[in-house]
Amino acid sequence: MSDVWTITQFLVFPGLVFTAAAGLLTSWLDRKVTAWVQMRVGPPLAQPFYDIAKLMIKETCVPANGSIGLFLFAPLLGFAAMALASTILWRALIDPETAFVGDLIVLLYLLAMPALGVILGSFASRNPLASLGGSREVKLMIAYELPLVLAVIVPVIQVGSIRLGDILAAPAAVASPSGVLALLVAATCMQAKLSSVPFDMPEAETELSGGAYIEYSGPPLAMFKLTRAMMLFTMPVFLVVVFLGGTVGSGTWESAAAGVGTWLLLIVLMVVIRNTTPRVRIDQAVRFFWGPVTLVALVAAGLAWIGW
Amino acid sequence: MSFAIQALTRSLNVFHLAGSACNNCDIEILDALTPKYDIERFGMTLVGSIRHADLILLSGVFNKKAAERLKILYDQAPKPILVIAVGGCPATGIIFRGSYNCDAPPSDYLPIDAFVPGCPPKPEAIISGVIKVIGRLRSGEARPAYENLASGGHYR
Repeated sequence: MSDVWTITQFLVFPGLVFTAAAGLLTSWLDRKVTAWVQMRVGPPLAQPFYDIAKLMIKETCVPANGSIGLFLFAPLLGFAAMALASTILWRALIDPETAFVGDLIVLLYLLAMPALGVILGSFASRNPLASLGGSREVKLMIAYELPLVLAVIVPVIQVGSIRLGDILAAPAAVASPSGVLALLVAATCMQAKLSSVPFDMPEAETELSGGAYIEYSGPPLAMFKLTRAMMLFTMPVFLVVVFLGGTVGSGTWESAAAGVGTWLLLIVLMVVIRNTTPRVRIDQAVRFFWGPVTLVALVAAGLAWIGW
Repeated sequence: MSFAIQALTRSLNVFHLAGSACNNCDIEILDALTPKYDIERFGMTLVGSIRHADLILLSGVFNKKAAERLKILYDQAPKPILVIAVGGCPATGIIFRGSYNCDAPPSDYLPIDAFVPGCPPKPEAIISGVIKVIGRLRSGEARPAYENLASGGHYR
């Protein structure tokens, strides 16, 4: 019985169906805010759902010389990982008692999976532009993972646990100077993890014309778009859970409002940055993440160590 | 109205294909994509890869070399696909008709859903042409033109 319940949680709520729907609505928010910034009207509310439905009826083209199995498997890798990550995150949020020791580590690995899917898919398609996009994704991943993990270590040091349930029971990390610094670093890494401008070199519409996704069409492309939408929804939720901790974990209306408010703030901030900055080069991005961002993350971890 | 037509017409990804055009139509197409006209209201976005395309906007007369590329690109596009020819050249070849380097305008060998006449047409005319095609497909008056090509929309 409990197995059936767990599978239902994974497939419906808070896993696949819920995250996909919430992610598509979040991507509508992204596009609508973009439209406001450019003084346009923007797409209707159901537009992301139409996009997915349209891709489902399109033909699936496979490149003649590509690795077909890997080409078709790659989109599913990130998709399944995001559904699982969302399930773990929301189960901990709804009932912190069910969280297991080390779920924070599992989440960090699962959130890295979509990028791996993009890398595998782009190399399997055997398109020169796609492999260029894939190699940029590899470099970007190497660049942002280090500061992101350093930033997530800050609440771990403060609480002294790698269990989401304990973090959700402890006071908020952002109440301290180290927590504020770590949240800033993590929000910057989120921008790169969602590969949105200024860190969208893997896609690079203007020079690589779709980059890593260039050979994808039909349902596999829909999987990639869904994965990205789910990531857009889940990443800010992850930051809210890790850095607001007890403020959102108490289960009252005030805590829910604080959580939704911070989530909305992170999303809108990301969209505004996306619309007001140009794309940087890949070497500039790596230098940025391994230089100033890692430095700030180290300072934050040091401050957390001495109890600030 | 089938689900496929409903889904396709609500979310058209536009691919801009210029084949030896004089660039006037291309400039007007780019104007139609600017925030001022905001075609994202209709769910249209510009894409860079033919694999993501649902609607090909043609411009230019397509001389002998460009015509080969046009057929390859059309084959690479995932079906169902719509093609709209912008300007006079793809329809009739106007002043290039009978020229030594042009066999025939694309209308002679490519299934085209609609022509937007003009030399060049205004951005409003291009958007109006696309919206009329969407309307005719949804009301069932027309079917996508790629179905007319034998072998289900492929040359090779």
